[in-house]
Amino acid sequence: MKKMHFREWGIESTRYWGLLAVLAGLAAVAGIAVLYMEHEGHWVTGMNNQVVWGLPHVFAIFLIVAASGALNVASIGSVFGKKMYKPLAPLSALLAVSLLIGGLLVLVLDLGQPTRLIVAMTKYNFKSIFAWNIYLYVGFLVIVVAYLWTMLDRKVNKYTKTAGTIAFVWRLILTTGTGSIFGFLVARQGYDAAIMAPMFIIMSFAYGLAFYLLVLMYAFKADGRELGDAILFRLKNLLGVFVAAVFYFTVVYHLTNLYGTENHAYEAFILLNGGIYTFLFWGGWMLMGLLLPMGILYHPGLGKTRGGIVAASLMVLLGGMSAIYVIVIGGQAFPMAMFPGQTIIASGFFDGVNGQIASYSPSLPELLLGIGGVAVVLIMTFIAIRMLRFLPESLADDVADPHHVKG
Amino acid sequence: MMASRKIITSLLTALTLLFVVGLTYAETGVKGTAKADSLESCVAETPFMRRNHFELILHQRDITVHEGIRKTDDSLAGCVDCHARSDAAGKPVAVNAQGEFCAACHDQVAVSIDCFSCHTTIPGGE
Amino acid sequence: MSTQPDKGRRAFLGTAAGAAALTTVAPGVFLHATANAAPRADAVTDQVRWGMLIDTSKCADGCSDCVSACDKENGLDLMIKPEGATDEQWAQQKPRWIRSVTIKDNLTDRVTTLPMMCQHCEHPPCVDVCPTGASFRRDDGIVMVDRHTCIGCRYCMMACPYKARSFIHENIQLKETAAPRGKGCVESCNFCVHRLDDGGTTTACQDACEHEAIVFGDLKDPGSAVAQALQSYDSVQIRADLKLNTGVRYTKI
Repeated sequence: MKKMHFREWGIESTRYWGLLAVLAGLAAVAGIAVLYMEHEGHWVTGMNNQVVWGLPHVFAIFLIVAASGALNVASIGSVFGKKMYKPLAPLSALLAVSLLIGGLLVLVLDLGQPTRLIVAMTKYNFKSIFAWNIYLYVGFLVIVVAYLWTMLDRKVNKYTKTAGTIAFVWRLILTTGTGSIFGFLVARQGYDAAIMAPMFIIMSFAYGLAFYLLVLMYAFKADGRELGDAILFRLKNLLGVFVAAVFYFTVVYHLTNLYGTENHAYEAFILLNGGIYTFLFWGGWMLMGLLLPMGILYHPGLGKTRGGIVAASLMVLLGGMSAIYVIVIGGQAFPMAMFPGQTIIASGFFDGVNGQIASYSPSLPELLLGIGGVAVVLIMTFIAIRMLRFLPESLADDVADPHHVKG
Repeated sequence: MMASRKIITSLLTALTLLFVVGLTYAETGVKGTAKADSLESCVAETPFMRRNHFELILHQRDITVHEGIRKTDDSLAGCVDCHARSDAAGKPVAVNAQGEFCAACHDQVAVSIDCFSCHTTIPGGE
Repeated sequence: MSTQPDKGRRAFLGTAAGAAALTTVAPGVFLHATANAAPRADAVTDQVRWGMLIDTSKCADGCSDCVSACDKENGLDLMIKPEGATDEQWAQQKPRWIRSVTIKDNLTDRVTTLPMMCQHCEHPPCVDVCPTGASFRRDDGIVMVDRHTCIGCRYCMMACPYKARSFIHENIQLKETAAPRGKGCVESCNFCVHRLDDGGTTTACQDACEHEAIVFGDLKDPGSAVAQALQSYDSVQIRADLKLNTGVRYTKI
């Protein structure tokens, strides 16, 4: 394998600044939406006392989960010693950082009292997984930046494996923490399941890698750099494996729920008669997020085309958003079982009268905030790859593939 | 040389005094209608209160909320009760309104206070 | 800055003025002139545990006296729908501390009405999940939110098995002195803690219920009405399987 050179992203200036301008515009609009929500109060959103976490949280959790998974590619290189992945590592670590910052930004800007962030940083209740998450998230940023440094600075290259291992273990804990936000809630039938933590981990693998693939392919294409089949197909096969694993966990989660009679109502809600939630589960989570991508990625013909891989990655991401939407919002919309064996026929506080689910419709400010978060992720990524040497000059087969045979 | 220096020093002193005195008596509401208007000092000496009132409030709020202690001089409700003025018609005026007690200093020192987004600004609530 | 030519005289005047001021100002601090109006001077201890027994057979269908009383006592009736919000939106977003719930047995069709509020658990899930510790359980058993520390993340609302908590979605203009409330924080029934801390022993909902369905008091005092009622009647916790040891118990559900 030839020596790998890294170079700044070289697309034409006008295109680069145009891209940044569009993204900055989206971020600015999100900023205005945040000011509006903070000034008026959350009454301007679709959230209420029944569904307290809405679209911003769906975006935030999705970005945070993808962040931890985006580091996978680097981990495979550093921790598991696969040389072929090493040139891919810097971009992977960069994406992990920018995705996490974008996700945290959206989360924090939706707080009822975002000006009290100092309070959140100084007063901790360590029984709360949220409090642990603050440390886990910030620690992750610090560790990944250190990890990146070991990758980019020749003098500290020898610490890459150590840094990579720490980062790998840290993010498993982090994603377990994120899944446990829901897994620890005894109150709601949709949560309170130990499987949520590992399911979130495996989802992070899939979403992070899909994001990585899309950014890599776009960045290389835009700059006319060659991305050889050897690397690309390795990554796409890996994505296929991760998506299959998510499928497995999804099936186990629902089958386990279906086994216990007490959860039948919730399963019927998700799988059969939950309206938008059922649609998003089957159409988004299962079909678009899992079955179609697996079909494409493992298809002997389609799976080897660039278009197919891009389409599959995009579908995984959109399916992932649907999955988080079903989990976060569906789990809240379903009424709590406060009186087993009885039906609530009247309530002064929307307790699920006659099984009616809580209503929630996403509002524009929430959507703008979420999109702004994604825009911030891309801004950070594009600026970084432009200013610093994150991207390898070429990932053509003869350069990147250690087993390449000329001819 | 010495004379001009003396003039400048006395001018500065005068201005400072005016400023401080102005702070004490900077009011735009109806004077004398607040209980505190007729008192020299109450909870503590005025200079102490000017420098440390937030410490008292911050300390007391934790004691009241977490320990339930309400027998205290340091309650925010007590401050409001004492310092809120009434308008000409006798209706209480918000203690943090423009030109009223809190704003008199807080506008000058440009420190925004968050208390009254939740706590009532007039004695007796509402 | 000040020179004190006669310290003794000033000190005397200061003390006299202070005493006079205290006597003038102090009554304004006591907001509830109840029979044993004596604001607490010592910290609460766990020698007392506030709790409630609700006799659902006495709760009348269609009655909402407890709800109105709570609204009035805690300033919830001062809240106005934000301009531009629909009625439906406002109904779903405005806070509610106590509500009336009517349930029907799936097998027998027997109908029961009961008031539902924060259950003041001994092991509250809302306290477990609060990242800043704003949601806390006081030594005397009251579970409440320290809204100085609340960052409005709403995790406690996700965690509460009784849907007891409310989030304030809008700017508040009118507030009760005893019930501060602001945009962006979470709150719930606090057993009228301002009354209890001022020496009272009853909650607004208990006082308002003409059917005597609500009995409130100190669970640890064997002589209290609620302790004796709990001895006499079979009572249950709602969602007892969660083992939260609630302070609010119900009979005849």
